[in-house]
Amino acid sequence: MTKEQRDILIFTAFGLVVLVTPLLLQGNYLLNVFVFIGINTMLAVALNLLLGFAGQISLGHAAFFGLGAYISGILTTRYAIDPWMAMVAAAVCVGVMAFIIGFPILKLKGHYLAMATLGFGIIMYIVFNETVAWTGGPSGMSGIPNLALGPLIFDSDMTNYYLIWVFTLLTMLLSINLANSRIGRALRAIHDSEVAARVMGVNVRLLKVQIFTVSALISALAGSFYAHTMTFIAPASFGFNFSVELVTMVIIGGLGSIYGSFLGAAILTLLPEFLRVFHDFDIVIYGLLLIVMTMFMPGGLIGGFEALAAAIKRRKEA
Amino acid sequence: MLSLTKITKKFGGVTALEDVSFNVESGTITGVIGPNGAGKTTLFNIATGLYSQDAGNVYLGEQNISRMPPERLVCLGMVRTFQNVELFGHMTVLENVMVGLHTKSKSGIFSCAFKLPGQRREEKSIRSRALKWLEYTGIADLAGMTAGSLPFGKGRLLEIARALAAEPRIILMDEPAAGLNSRETMGLAELIKKIKDSGITIVLVEHDMELVMDVCDAVVVLNLGRKLAEGTPREIQENPEVIAAYLGDG
Repeated sequence: MTKEQRDILIFTAFGLVVLVTPLLLQGNYLLNVFVFIGINTMLAVALNLLLGFAGQISLGHAAFFGLGAYISGILTTRYAIDPWMAMVAAAVCVGVMAFIIGFPILKLKGHYLAMATLGFGIIMYIVFNETVAWTGGPSGMSGIPNLALGPLIFDSDMTNYYLIWVFTLLTMLLSINLANSRIGRALRAIHDSEVAARVMGVNVRLLKVQIFTVSALISALAGSFYAHTMTFIAPASFGFNFSVELVTMVIIGGLGSIYGSFLGAAILTLLPEFLRVFHDFDIVIYGLLLIVMTMFMPGGLIGGFEALAAAIKRRKEA
Repeated sequence: MLSLTKITKKFGGVTALEDVSFNVESGTITGVIGPNGAGKTTLFNIATGLYSQDAGNVYLGEQNISRMPPERLVCLGMVRTFQNVELFGHMTVLENVMVGLHTKSKSGIFSCAFKLPGQRREEKSIRSRALKWLEYTGIADLAGMTAGSLPFGKGRLLEIARALAAEPRIILMDEPAAGLNSRETMGLAELIKKIKDSGITIVLVEHDMELVMDVCDAVVVLNLGRKLAEGTPREIQENPEVIAAYLGDG
């Protein structure tokens, strides 16, 4: 079996499990949690393209998520634009914005890049809070319409689940394709040795900006989906804490692993459900998780599984 | 093929290179030698666009390539290897060479994500061409290995395979024999001659005199940032100034 055939098999199996799951969970509140896992997976995959593949940090991705949600919310509630059109408009706006700020920001490296993206995230968070006339400020914005396809309106947990997961699976599939292409290889090359990548003809500066744009665009789409499925949004969902949470998802799952992003998103979405007693300490727990993971499992859960599988195989052969 | 004219480079108050000029003839192997700190690697970094010089010009053929970024120079047919072997350590050996074919392919983000038919065809061709270069350098059996876990000598060969994949007209190699044992160095000498015979011009920075004298057609000697001498290997070996620079003239 070639690597490509194996990838197709794994993806098909994963997709089938995802599509069958709600039939087993009918009426269960977990279905609603699974909708969130889908949105968070989309976000984690988007950030992984930037962080896991190209090796460029962003501590401001919650802002792109928020921009997508607010642009969708404002266009549909104030201007009565069709939600699907609003979604496309939000993605285009955020993509253009990311492309423009990407050029100066991505000249920075390491801590400086982290600080610049962090600053961007905080500025956007302030904008969401202060432009009360547009966003409703801290008390949020309600009455955002659901998405609809003809007579089918996505307003229940079941319909939302399928809506979100079809797009999440699509995002995962396209990202897997990208990872195994010349662009994916060029991104990983930048991660390993920027100077060698340049000497081999990779336009490092442009490629970084392009993947930053794609990553922001997917985050904005996730934001639009979030707005139209929740029908209510508030700035608290798009702050610094959420940016850190996204980075944690990517690192726990495994840098550069698309399925890892799903695992990370699933764990960080489910964890608060089971650990409600720790609620106020969630950011502390995420910090600890990050430290433990980077110290003992730098490849994330997927990297850990792979190492374990290799060790078992060696033992069997010995 | 490649000519440098009056290259000067200062780092703060230190003059790393001063008025260095020389020509590399098409289809030859030119060695650049000199004691440590003579400015050899700085010269390479300027020629390949990683540093910019304070004065002087670099020409590739007729074209002035001074201050062009390295990613453009590949398209004009010039690639290099590094003294400390700059591999993509987390990628496989085959993938490393596939990156070498970056400029020989053109699918963008969109066609890669959607696997459009043109991209699938291109991907197949990238893979088979990369394999061909692994065979050419004799490391095809390592294709699936992670580059970071290669022994040093094999890493060197991989770096050369990756450079060849870009189908250059000229390759600049920064100390390709450094860290190799004598058997590996002999293999390298054979490979370098084979590359030359395929019509590619080569410039070497090298400390291993035996290798330089064996493979080079012309030698340029640098000392303390200046060109001390140039000529055939035999002329250089007999040049009293060169001998003094290497042994110290007391």
